[in-house]
Amino acid sequence: MNPEYARHPIRVLADYALKGAVVLVFVFPFLWMISTSLQTFRETMAFPPTWLPASPQWQNFVHAMKAGPFLTYARNSVVVTASIIALQLVVMIPAAYAFAKYRFPGRNALFGLVLLAFMIPGQVTFIPVYLMLADWGLIRTLLPQILPFLSSAFGIFLLRQYFMQIAEEIVEAARLDNASEAKIIWRLMIPMSTPALATIALFSFVSHWNDYFWPLIMTDSNAVRPLTLGIAMLRETEGISNWHILMAGNVVLVVPILIVYLFCSQQIVKAFVYSGIK
Amino acid sequence: MPSRGWWPLLRPYVMIAPAMAGIGLFVLYPIFYLIKLSFYKYNLMNKAKSKYIGLDNYHQIFTRGDFYQALGNTALYTVGVVVCTMVLSLLAALWLKRKSRWNRIVQAGIFTPHIVSIVSIALLWMWLMEPNQGLLNYLFKLFGLPPSAWLQSSKTALLSVILVSVWQGIGYYTLIIVAALQSIPPTIYEAAALDNASRTNVFFRITLPLLSPQLFFILVIMTIGSFKVFDTVQVMTGGGPNGATSTIVYYIYQFRTTNIGYSAATGVVLMAIIGLLTFLYFRLLARKVHYQ
Repeated sequence: MNPEYARHPIRVLADYALKGAVVLVFVFPFLWMISTSLQTFRETMAFPPTWLPASPQWQNFVHAMKAGPFLTYARNSVVVTASIIALQLVVMIPAAYAFAKYRFPGRNALFGLVLLAFMIPGQVTFIPVYLMLADWGLIRTLLPQILPFLSSAFGIFLLRQYFMQIAEEIVEAARLDNASEAKIIWRLMIPMSTPALATIALFSFVSHWNDYFWPLIMTDSNAVRPLTLGIAMLRETEGISNWHILMAGNVVLVVPILIVYLFCSQQIVKAFVYSGIK
Repeated sequence: MPSRGWWPLLRPYVMIAPAMAGIGLFVLYPIFYLIKLSFYKYNLMNKAKSKYIGLDNYHQIFTRGDFYQALGNTALYTVGVVVCTMVLSLLAALWLKRKSRWNRIVQAGIFTPHIVSIVSIALLWMWLMEPNQGLLNYLFKLFGLPPSAWLQSSKTALLSVILVSVWQGIGYYTLIIVAALQSIPPTIYEAAALDNASRTNVFFRITLPLLSPQLFFILVIMTIGSFKVFDTVQVMTGGGPNGATSTIVYYIYQFRTTNIGYSAATGVVLMAIIGLLTFLYFRLLARKVHYQ
């Protein structure tokens, strides 16, 4: 409560110990996953558990990656996530600008629709969306995983807030200098709102890279499946008791994100807090 | 250029057109389509054979035991997740609110699971909860507790899923509450200290009321999010054992190919529940703003 509050050294020590223990509760499972991924089957079956493998079994990774077309899965994950982020930005920037800086009949009603879309989850609409995309003959392509996320209601909402905070005088001054609206957006709005754009892109990256529900519904062949589905399918191809192989697959999915997190945890944390408060 | 006159009028609409087209096509139109489907016995193979059956699907939903089981599980899950996450993240936030290097590290640590895919989290916890070789039962044994069947018994399966969701969610909500706590002006606390207010008094009379808008926001986000629970259940238990962890979205998912109309009707029910929760949220929020 108040920092000057006199603290006994033992209390300080206990506080640190408790902090260490709490971090361990949240981080240890990931370390355990890595350890298991390097153990032999026999080691994983031992009780009490084997904390560290006698010699790291790197071939578990080879084994896991050979269980399915993992290069294809990885490529699909990258293509889908990158396309979503790029498309969302292209669609959302002009929309957010129009909602923030123009007055036009129907503006509030149309923005109301954006907010409504924000509240309708994919878990409600997935059946009709699937039928529609199947009608269009797209199920064998990556488009069903990309197109439905074309407009991010969350992104439009956040970016509009940000654009609205940019003073009208600055925009007016640019207009007096005969800058076109496109130039104002490109040279003024985008550079001035990079924190918001970074937050939105990061958010999109984390949620679509990790997405499981939507690709599960929208895919019926390995050619279009992303990594999350590939890893989950290891349960069927490898059997549920081969934990060393399952965890090796899991490491492939998790470690890239954990490495990114290790290096920019503060930015990621800020982005999530920002999105939660607005 | 003749465009001078009408272009500025048209421009905003052109700029929002792609975004609105996306929303119209993938959110608004599907809602109407969903409602329409819910009145049909839909034939996936041959659409011409689909038959209008009125409210039959809804009638079926509300007379079937497995729907009530899924609804009950979802409600239990939601209450469990919301209560545990709220209490634990509030405690964690009060404990970690001071800006210091260590507190930042702990916050980053407990936030870690939030950025990892639920599939990975689920697989990882299935391994930890493995009844024979799992680490959790080993720890139980160390402390002299009887081993648990975790996901494999209908008594503990839902509880196990709740545990995983709480573990994954706490970090995010702690961060939001910490940010809210840090935005409370310190002068208020200084004034309370001058008045010799006790710590419990400060908490219940100052901290909690000032925090209430954010706590309320979190409550709503969490409730709606919990009602949509699917991934953990699909990966960890497949709704089992014996439907003990079947949830509404999992239920919809199960019928998505075999009985589309029925599945759609359940989707409409879910939408109504979420709509009701959102409506209640705005009503309560409006009242709150009034009072202050």
